[in-house]
Amino acid sequence: MACFLVPTAEAIVTTAITKVEEKKEKSAPVEKSESTGVAKVSLARKLRWLNYLLFGGAILLAFEHLWHGEVVPYFPFLTAAANSEDTATMLHEMSTVGVSMALLITAVWVIMCITADVMARRENRRLSAVTVQK
Amino acid sequence: MTLLITVFAAVIATTVWYKGMPKNELRTGILCWLYWGASIMWFVDAVFEYAELGAAYFTPDPIDMLNDTFLGLAVVALGLIIWVVRLLVTDPKGVIRDLLFHKGENAGSKDEKTA
Repeated sequence: MACFLVPTAEAIVTTAITKVEEKKEKSAPVEKSESTGVAKVSLARKLRWLNYLLFGGAILLAFEHLWHGEVVPYFPFLTAAANSEDTATMLHEMSTVGVSMALLITAVWVIMCITADVMARRENRRLSAVTVQK
Repeated sequence: MTLLITVFAAVIATTVWYKGMPKNELRTGILCWLYWGASIMWFVDAVFEYAELGAAYFTPDPIDMLNDTFLGLAVVALGLIIWVVRLLVTDPKGVIRDLLFHKGENAGSKDEKTA
């Protein structure tokens, strides 16, 4: 009914956090490993991945809701908001399906971040081994 | 059906993105984010629906399946429209810029003459 609003809200929050993090990183650039010159993936970049996933999914889901007539281009924009019974159902769906969507997207993003860190560590190790050989 | 179509679109978009790297001239990364994001969300939707309907989830009415197929294709089309608009606006290869302000002046008039 309006489950996409939960990931959208999360996307707005994470976008704000990304902006703050980007400012921080601009003022203090990511430290590079002195021996290898390979930098790790910055937090701002990782947060941008999460934003893209959340906004990307939310945009297409919003379209699906428009398709099913659950979102309308006039007030109150959500057909379920027209009466209290439907509103209760909508809120229940948001708290179950919507929250699960946001959690799964975040879990996938965490796995992506861990994988990126592992790959960066491997690359650093490989490059430092090459440096030692030289 | 919508989930399946979006997953296929996500896999194809990711393959195209990987093949285009590191040049990435077509900026297909946005398609990957759009389709994967939607696929994950629809997967959750499917899990909840399966919990509610049980095995009946896998045997939908033909009319529902047709509607879902149309929706899936419409979603893929919307993703492609978002991508192509972003590609033309950001213009990473400078094609539009050249067409409008440099080479395009002569090419445009030539095209108009031949037309």
